[in-house]
Order: sequence, then structure tokens, then C-alpha cells
Amino acid sequence: MKKVILAFAVAALCTSIDAGPAAAQQNEQFLPALVYRTGPYAPNGIPFADGVIDYWTLLNERDGGINGVKIAFEECETGYDTAKGVECYERLKAKGSTGAGYVSPLSTGITFALTEKVPGDKIPLLTMGYGRSESRNGAIFPWNFIAIGSYWTAADVAIQHIAKELGGFDKLKGKKISLVYHDSPYGKEPIPALEERARLNGFTFKAIPVTHPGVEQKSQWLAIRQDRPDYVLLWGWGVMNSTAIKEAAGVGYPRDKMIGVWWSGAEPDVTPAGDQASGYKALMLQHPAGKFAVHQDLDKFVVARGKSVAKDDYAQVLYNRGLLNSMIGTEAIRTAMKKYGNKPLNGEQIRWGFENLNLTAARIKELGFDGMLGPLAFSCEDHQGADVARVQQWDGKAWKIISDYYTADRKILDPMVKDASAKYGEEKKITARDCTKDS
Amino acid sequence: MLYREAGQFKTSYADDMAVFPIRQDRIALWLFLAMAFVGVPVLDAMNIWPFAGEYLLRAILIPFLILALAAVGLNILTGYCGQLSLGSGAFMAIGAYSAYKFGTGVTIPLEIFTIAIPPLPVLPSILLGGVISAVVGILFGIPSLRIKGLYLAVATLAAQFFFDWLFIRVKWFTNYTSSGSVTAPALDFFGFTVNTPIERYLLCLIFVTVFALIAKNLVRGNIGRQWMAIRDMDIAAELIGIRPLYAKLSAFAVSSFIVGVSGALWAYVYLGSWEPLAFNIDRSFQLLFMVIIGGLGSILGAFLGAAFILVLPIFLDQVPHALGMPLSVEFVSLLVFIVTGALICWLLIVEPHGFARLWSIGKEKLRIWPYPY
Repeated sequence: MKKVILAFAVAALCTSIDAGPAAAQQNEQFLPALVYRTGPYAPNGIPFADGVIDYWTLLNERDGGINGVKIAFEECETGYDTAKGVECYERLKAKGSTGAGYVSPLSTGITFALTEKVPGDKIPLLTMGYGRSESRNGAIFPWNFIAIGSYWTAADVAIQHIAKELGGFDKLKGKKISLVYHDSPYGKEPIPALEERARLNGFTFKAIPVTHPGVEQKSQWLAIRQDRPDYVLLWGWGVMNSTAIKEAAGVGYPRDKMIGVWWSGAEPDVTPAGDQASGYKALMLQHPAGKFAVHQDLDKFVVARGKSVAKDDYAQVLYNRGLLNSMIGTEAIRTAMKKYGNKPLNGEQIRWGFENLNLTAARIKELGFDGMLGPLAFSCEDHQGADVARVQQWDGKAWKIISDYYTADRKILDPMVKDASAKYGEEKKITARDCTKDS
Repeated sequence: MLYREAGQFKTSYADDMAVFPIRQDRIALWLFLAMAFVGVPVLDAMNIWPFAGEYLLRAILIPFLILALAAVGLNILTGYCGQLSLGSGAFMAIGAYSAYKFGTGVTIPLEIFTIAIPPLPVLPSILLGGVISAVVGILFGIPSLRIKGLYLAVATLAAQFFFDWLFIRVKWFTNYTSSGSVTAPALDFFGFTVNTPIERYLLCLIFVTVFALIAKNLVRGNIGRQWMAIRDMDIAAELIGIRPLYAKLSAFAVSSFIVGVSGALWAYVYLGSWEPLAFNIDRSFQLLFMVIIGGLGSILGAFLGAAFILVLPIFLDQVPHALGMPLSVEFVSLLVFIVTGALICWLLIVEPHGFARLWSIGKEKLRIWPYPY
């Protein structure tokens, strides 16, 4: 019994301490960071999180925050687990003087769960290159911002690249294209877009699921060896990617006939496979790896001052993607500040900033992201803002860009977005916003 | 001294058969229920710490209540009837997906005619989710008549994997959504929409209170005694006239029903949008650990176990940050694994019968205070 009392005393002590520092600084914008630095997805989660944090640190160190409003941030480890991610979101959403500015979970599963919660809490959900493809429709999904590209964009661009390699869309007829995918909402998202393309272009499409976390893929690749598809698309994440490349090498499937999504095209995905990964191709979420103008400032203000959280992942693909994620988020806050003033803003105000964000080529250059991102603008009906992607190839040492920009065919994708979002709106009884009236 | 029951005479059969025969227990229970039903909403409305904000309600109390309910369900099967089950995650999933199907309308096109059920309101769909889960529970309970112990655990494991597969692969269950993730309908109860965290909490609390009460009464009645007889020695139980078929299958049915309802609540009230991964094998293990650590064969134990397994890691995760220790999140999350694991080992060595046993020892000692032995 004494022990029990002691335990309660300790618990009471700890919780009372918890209440203390929770009162945050007044003039700071709080931003939560849902990260995963442990578990089977950590190799990909770490560089992204490092990029996200380093860009915030850069703004604080170089400019004293966003227009003078310092950024306060806190990490929470989700382990790519949906229930844990929701707990993290609940933990962080009300911190700071105005609550969380925006949230980026870097997990399609957590995105699906949070999509149900953010309208109630009024916090924008920035899912750059992942999440619900139909959330492009801001009339039904006012709080989701699927910046730069959805999985449907990626699927369409991948097929366009295959058509180009084959010498035209007519050459796709009768070809076999298989999709090796992570068996979760993430991996299943591209399937409707690929099925639609298969119908239009006359190729045979086959979807091959891989169970989470994806370290066991023997049978899938034996099936591929039997079936001999002309191309294999890879929709993996974490250890699943490098395992897939190794297994492909094991069954002798040519790596240059494999095209990964932009979440399967970073250094942690290919380096564990060693030489076997040479020739493997992947889509790019516009930006490549390597140093750009923004990295000069990062070197000077963050790395040189010993404030960088990055180690050898600095300027890698996913690190740069983290920078981009934070840049889009903080620029949305900057846009909102034009309307609401230079002070910490709440989620509702920042949502306005997202919806009116217009990153022109000149502004992107000014921010040091020239070459990493093309012009991007959100509007009420378009929460994606861009439709382009390139393809890169791993040569054994580095990623080489091997294509020009492809533009996803909105004639195919827009009706799908419309149908899927309408279905969601109907199920949830959401009345679509009138985008002609909404500011 | 604190817990003296001298002078409390039982003068009627009703008194003798009360759920809580000791007055202090009754008072404590009423106080506790009053705190849960009235105190928490009042504190929440007045924004008093720790109820300020929604964190405690949404991230701790709601999942705690729902998982405690699931643990009560599993405890009936494993703790009272002695049938080891590793399929509770699957039964939660059956509850969740059946409730989803009933909530969004069921259409089964057959050769001659089409079975079409219009979308049902939330309460019937959650309860029907439990009923479907109970039916499936009975089906998967049939092998328990022949196989026992670890072998039965493997058979229930088959249920786990089968339903994982079913809900991922058969698109009918997810209404053909492209991503395989489904979204629960709005929580309408008789025209009242449950939305705010405190309403959701109260909804869960009502479900948990009602089912815990039913479970408590079931296990002290005729059927509960049959379950316990089967658990303690099934051959002897058969010899004194207990039908194993009836006893075991009823335990499977009741347990699966409660677990199914909790699965529907988990999906509807806590997650809102879910995929089969939310009910995978990890969930089954988590529930089994709750039951073992809380105490097999104890309703209270299910609650204590749920609190330990669910809340302790969340709490530990926040301690270093709250104390201002500059530890990285990955170090803390690994530390939580180590500490939680060590605590489980320590607890099982010190008290193999779980928290419920610790609780009853504590109570015994209080009864003979100041000279406990």
C-alpha cells in the first residue's frame, strides 16, 4: 500500500510540474512537429523531420522568426502509428498562445484520422505530396492542403514517363504494368488513377500488396518473376523500399524498369541495397537532393552555429523535402500576417493564409528555393496548387534527374477528385463551400 | 479502522446478495461514479486543470474507457471462462466494420432479390455490430470444445489474421473506398449529435458503466459460476452437470459482444476514420496484457490494466519534457519501452495475479488496520 501511495505521490508531483512550463511565451507562433525517429519508417522519417526543424530554426536565427514572430516548436514521436499520431496531435494542438498553427503528420494513415478532427479544431492540415487525393477540392476539404502533388498526380506522371520511354501513349497498349504497394491507405491511393489510365491507354494493370512494414516480399517478387510485367511501380515507405529493390535484384527484375513514387526515391531507400539499386528510378516531388541557395543560409545560420539537428542527412532528398514543407507552411503564415498583422495567429487565420498563398517564381527565388519548386498557388477550389513532377535515377552514388517536367493530366484526374470528394461530402453530410463567394 | 465493517448487519437476502456488500465500497463507488458523471463535466466546463483543453478527455479518458470496455469483454472469456484468446482485435474490427455497414446501409445483391437495409441510426448500428461480433465469436468458439489452452490461442489467432485479411481485401466492407479507409457517420443519438469531447466522453462512460454492470452481474450469477467452473476444471464441471458447450459458447458470445461494441466505439467515437491496421494483432496483444496485468477474473482488473497499459506509456513519454530534461524524442520513446517493459516484469514477479489482487490485499489490510499481517 505504501508503494501505491508513493506512486500516486510521484504521479501527482510529475503532473503538477507538467502544468508549469505549459504556459508558453506570448509573442511566439507555436508549430507542432509530428515526427517518427523510431520504428521501421525511421530511416525516412528522420531526414524529413530534420529538414522541417532546421528551416524553422533558420527563420528564428536569421530573421528572428516570421515577420518578427518567433517560432516555438515541439516534437512528438508518432512511430508512424495512427493512434499514437492522434495522441500527439491532441497533445500539441492547444499549445502556445494561439494553438498549433498547422500540422503535417507525414503519414497517410494519420492524415486520414486527422482529416476528421481538424475541422472541429480549426487547424490547417498540410500534407505535401501525400494524404487524401480528393482533398484537392477545398470546397469539401477546407482544412486540408495537399500541396504540390497527390498520389493520383504521381500515378499519372509515372505512366506518362513510361509512355515516353516506350515512345508514345499508343505503345502502352498490351503492356503489363504492376504496382507493388504498401498495404495501407497510402499504397492504395494511386490504384484508381492507375486503373483509369489502364482503361484509357489499354495496358494491363496489376496491384500487388505488401503487408506492413514490408520486410517480407519474397512471394510478391516471385509473382513478378512469373508474370514479367514491363514496368513495376513501387509505392513503398521505410524499409519496404530498399527491401523491394533487393528482392527485385534477387529475382533478376531490371531496376531501370522500376519507378518509385516520390516517397520511394530518397537515399535511405537505395543505399541499403548497394550496387543492386543502380538504375532504379523514382519520381521527384519537384525538388532534387543537393544544395541550393537556401542551404548557404542554413550553413551560415544553423549548421555553423551548431543548431542543426541534421547529421549526414543534410541536403538529402527527404531533408530538402522537410525544408520545403516548412517553407510552404511558414509562407502561408506570412501571407496570413498581411491580413491579420504580425502576431501569433490561430489556425483559422493561417488557413486563410494557405488558401491565399501565392508563391511566384520571384518569391521562390528570394526564399532561396529556386530549382527546388516551381510556382505554387492555392485557391478555394484548388488545394494542391501544382501538377508537375520529374523523374530521377540512382546511378549508384547519387540521384540524377533524367526527365523534364511532366504535367499530370487534369482532364483525367479532375473528374476523379470531384467524384471522390462529392462522395465524402455526402457521407459526412458536408455542404460544399461556394468558392465564388468565399474569400 | 478505516475500513471497519463492524455493525453492518445483513438482514435480508437482497442485502446479502448485493454487488457491493460493504457500505464503504458502495459509498466509494457512488462517489467515483458521481465524479465520473458529474465531476468531470463540471471541471471541464469550468476549465480547471487538468481538464482545461481537450487533451485529457480526447487522448486519454476516451481511449481508456473504450479499451477498458474491451478488456472487460476479454476478461469474461479469458479471465472467467479460461479460454485464451488472441483474436480480440479481430472482434473489435468486426464490431467496427459491422457498425459501419449498418450505419451506411447494407445491400447484398443476390440472384433473385436484393437484401437492402437502409442506413440505421448510430445506437442500433453499434449494438448490431456487437451482435454480429457475438455470432462470429460463437463460430470461432466452436473449436474451443475440442482444443484447449495454447492450441485455442492459435485458433483464435487464425480469426485475427482472417479478419485482417477480410477487411483489407473484400471491398464490400469498406463501401468500395479507393484507399480502404472508412469514415464513421455522424454520431446522432435520437436527434442529438454527439460532437464535443465531453459529450463523447459521456457517451463512452454510459456504455462502459452499463456493460461493466451487466458483466459484473453476469459473473456472479449462475452463468458466471458455470464459466468459472469450466475455467477451474472442465471435467469436474461437466461431472457436476455443467454443459461445456453452453458455458463456453455463451462466454464467447458475451465476450465477443462486449469487445465488438467497444470496437464500434473505438471506430466511431475515438478514431472517426480507420483502416484494418487499427485492429491488428498488436491490439489483441495489448488487450491480453491489460487483462493479465489488471488481473484475470476481475472486472476492476480490466480497468486497472487498461489504465496501466494505455496511460502509463503516454504519461512516461511526457515526463522528461515536463521536467525540462533535454532528451530527444527518439530517446524518450525508446526509454518508455524499456521502463514499461521493466515495470510489467517487476509487477508480474511481485504480484502474478495483477492489480486486482494488489487492490484486494490492500483492502484486506485496511480492514484489519492497524495490525495488518
